[in-house]
Amino acid sequence: MQTTDRAERLQRPYITGFVLALVLTGIPFGLVVAGLLPRFTTLVVIAILAVVQVVVHLRFFLHLDLKSTPRENVLALAFAVVLICIMIGGSLWIMLDLHERMMS
Amino acid sequence: MLGKLTIDALPFYSWVAMSGAAITVLGGLIVLGLALWFGIRRVWTEWLTSVDHKRIGIMYIALASVMLLRGFADAIMMRSQQAIALNSEGYLSPDHFDQVFSSHGTIMIFFVAMPFLSGLMNIVVPQQIGARDVAFPFMNSVSLWLTAAGASLVLISLVLGKFSTAGWTGYPPYSGIQYSPDVGTDYWIWALLIAGVGSTLTGINFVVTILKRRAPGMTLMRMPLFVWTSLCTSLLMVFAFPALTVAAALLGLDRLFGMHFFTNEAGGNMMHYINLLWIWGHPEVYILILPAFGVYSEVVATFSRKRLFGYASLVYATAAIAILSFTVWLHHFFTMGSSANVNAFFGIATMIIAVPTGVKIFDWLLTMYHGRLRMAAPMYWTVGFIVTFVIGGMTGVLLAVPPVDYLMHNTTFLVAHFHNMLIPGALFGYFAGYMYWFPKAFGFTLDERWGIRAFWLWLIGFWLAFMPLYALGFLGMPRRMEHYNVAEWQPYLIVAALGAALIGLGIACLIIQLVVSVRQRNEALDLTGDPWDGRTLEWLTSSPPAPYNFAVVPEVRESDAFHEMKRRGVAYQRSAQYTDIIMPRNTGVGVIIGGLAFVLGFAMVWHIWWLAIVAALGILIAVALRTFEDDTEFVMSAAEIQAIEDQRRQVLAAATTHVDEHTPVRDAALAQGVP
Amino acid sequence: MTSAANTAGRAGGTRALEVDVYEEKAFGFWLYLMSDAIIFALLFATYVVMAPNHAGGPTGKTLFNLSRTFAETMLLLCSSITFGFATVAMRGHRRRAMLTWLAVTFALGAGFVALEIGEFAGMYARGAGPQRSGFLSAFFTLVGTHGLHVGMGLIWILIMSIQALVKGLTAPVTSRLFRLGLFWHFLDIVWIGIFSIVYLPGVL
Repeated sequence: MQTTDRAERLQRPYITGFVLALVLTGIPFGLVVAGLLPRFTTLVVIAILAVVQVVVHLRFFLHLDLKSTPRENVLALAFAVVLICIMIGGSLWIMLDLHERMMS
Repeated sequence: MLGKLTIDALPFYSWVAMSGAAITVLGGLIVLGLALWFGIRRVWTEWLTSVDHKRIGIMYIALASVMLLRGFADAIMMRSQQAIALNSEGYLSPDHFDQVFSSHGTIMIFFVAMPFLSGLMNIVVPQQIGARDVAFPFMNSVSLWLTAAGASLVLISLVLGKFSTAGWTGYPPYSGIQYSPDVGTDYWIWALLIAGVGSTLTGINFVVTILKRRAPGMTLMRMPLFVWTSLCTSLLMVFAFPALTVAAALLGLDRLFGMHFFTNEAGGNMMHYINLLWIWGHPEVYILILPAFGVYSEVVATFSRKRLFGYASLVYATAAIAILSFTVWLHHFFTMGSSANVNAFFGIATMIIAVPTGVKIFDWLLTMYHGRLRMAAPMYWTVGFIVTFVIGGMTGVLLAVPPVDYLMHNTTFLVAHFHNMLIPGALFGYFAGYMYWFPKAFGFTLDERWGIRAFWLWLIGFWLAFMPLYALGFLGMPRRMEHYNVAEWQPYLIVAALGAALIGLGIACLIIQLVVSVRQRNEALDLTGDPWDGRTLEWLTSSPPAPYNFAVVPEVRESDAFHEMKRRGVAYQRSAQYTDIIMPRNTGVGVIIGGLAFVLGFAMVWHIWWLAIVAALGILIAVALRTFEDDTEFVMSAAEIQAIEDQRRQVLAAATTHVDEHTPVRDAALAQGVP
Repeated sequence: MTSAANTAGRAGGTRALEVDVYEEKAFGFWLYLMSDAIIFALLFATYVVMAPNHAGGPTGKTLFNLSRTFAETMLLLCSSITFGFATVAMRGHRRRAMLTWLAVTFALGAGFVALEIGEFAGMYARGAGPQRSGFLSAFFTLVGTHGLHVGMGLIWILIMSIQALVKGLTAPVTSRLFRLGLFWHFLDIVWIGIFSIVYLPGVL
């Protein structure tokens, strides 16, 4: 029936996203539980997969893409990302620097 | 039942405190009296429940003006105390002095400057972009009343309890529960948290309004400069206020639940508070200054009778300032232990951010150059700004050098620097905007002479009050001193007190100006809506504008749209046919949310838990019920609009026939057959 | 000279310009989410700065239970999908299907909140409450703020279910449901950050 076809088509991104998210969640959890890789490498993998999963959520659940999403929304997100990097990066730099200078 | 609130909260411990409480109560009674005199019903239905951006803007500025008096009272107290307190206790106890400087800064930044600039943006921006309203009128009302709730918390601290003694920035561990066990810091936290939500919502509202509601043909690069600065200010509000929310909330969690974010023991890290606070704090000062820069752009162009010089450079400079404002925050704490590399990075970034402001100054000067200058009151404030603000800018670049800052940090040099930015920079801009747009808001111009008198007193008063502080900073005087024993400092402090007194007279002149102007209003009516021969679209509407601003949405072809329309002779064209306009309904939900927010804050301060829960639930329910409300708009019929517009054309005709001299307004009106 | 834009039609009257109020509301809500993202980012920064500050007390290794974290992650992820299905049903004007999926979403979200409350209560009972150390203050505040947001989302789902029942799937109602969807998916994104920055590194 036409409605179910359309519904299926609309549901597809959610299912694709779900499967991808499952994989991107399972790997880091698995790595930590199994302890296969050294600590630092595990942390890097977790970080990278987290970023990828965020993109998956943005793309498949929030339907954010560069063609159909209004430009202002994409720019607002980009601006927020830049600021978050500055704020977190700057904070960590400052606080770690202070920590080093205070602890000796 | 009443938490920590007991009869001891009343300020019977000192006569100074009692006078403060008495004046606050008196002030409240005066406001109530005024409301009764105008008619409570009318005040409620036409003002308090209004979702009209023009009325909300006026109420913001009214709030700012009242709080200016309170903040200035704090200033006079500090200046007089410091003038006499050489080897003496003065008349203020240390505890009281600390409350005074804390409330002075808190009030001036959060409850004078922020509401003032929000008010100007509210009145002007929709009109300048040819829109009929902001994108979210109801949220606009909520923002206003949340700000008022925050202000009320600061005011009531004079009557019940005390205010914070931890400065307007509230650094821990001093502001933590161990060293500030009384309610003062809690008042501060909750006032900021509540008002901060209001500011964030205002930011969201104006970003959406400016990006989505511009008249056809008004591309971004055709927007008036005040709209550009409002856009950047609003973006800063959206993205910077979260940092304040986090800083204040975490401090609140420490105080309320005994957590260890910023405590001395158990793993607290108080530098992180300072880090968070200034991530907000630096963008905040640009939030304060950018609207003033926008005003100056408008005023300079109008009163030089010339298009703004370097429009594009002004836009890029504004955008650069907005983005760079997020990269300099450590310069507020150079001296707090960071390594040379960290200090150097932020020092260089701070010097870079001075450059776009310099570009703007040159653009304004070049606009005036070869212009046909008219010196009306708004222009006086602008010229006073250009001359004085630059000094503050230069001292800022000086302070940006970390080794220099090690000498000057927390001296009166710093105090002089930031007041140099805020008073001739931000406040003069707001005053210029106030005098420039007053006729648009109320339909009659302000008295010029009292306005110019106010300007001179403020300008000379500022110089006398703050230039000595630069010298005192070099002489080594720290800030926030309740008494001192260095005789060399006193003459400077006496001069500074004299300067404060002159500023007080300047404030008196502003009050007199308002009273005189209201009395004389029928002789100073702005009948055309364009008293200054303006260049931008807000001057196309009547003064005051109809509720919908524009009966016919203007079509824009270039920047300085109104000037261009007058030149082409199409400014006052009669419309063949008007259409219905959808308008938002007034609602009391904004006031109720504000009132409940005040109760929530008060209850949290005094640990009246049941009341806090009730208030919080109340806010939730109010918001939820509002979302069920479908009937939030009404229609103004074309016939109604026709009647309003016809009346306007009559007034316009009367105005132009009574004017003998040629004015572009008159010529434009005549060209379109008015009458 | 009447501007063409003046005659934009909409049932019940004419709006000034061809404004799409629902797109504006979505954009405005998106901006709010961006400000919320900054709040969470700063709470994350706070957590990272304070993560080593155990003050001689319990650490993540002793407190975190990855099975529970995984269960919470699955509950939230599934609730994102079920909300997506609710959205699809809404766009197909199938109100009953939408309400059913919303109910499932609510149940999954409530399960998440229940697990989290259990976790917090357990930690508190073991003397590992937020007052114990800077690390724990940061943990409880970051994870707790997220949990509070999920709680607010649950309340919002209830309200929207009532609205859909009472008013039907009108334009204002679907617009609000759309924004609720933005909110709900946003919270799942924040959770990715939480298990990646708090729980997983915490047990390594």
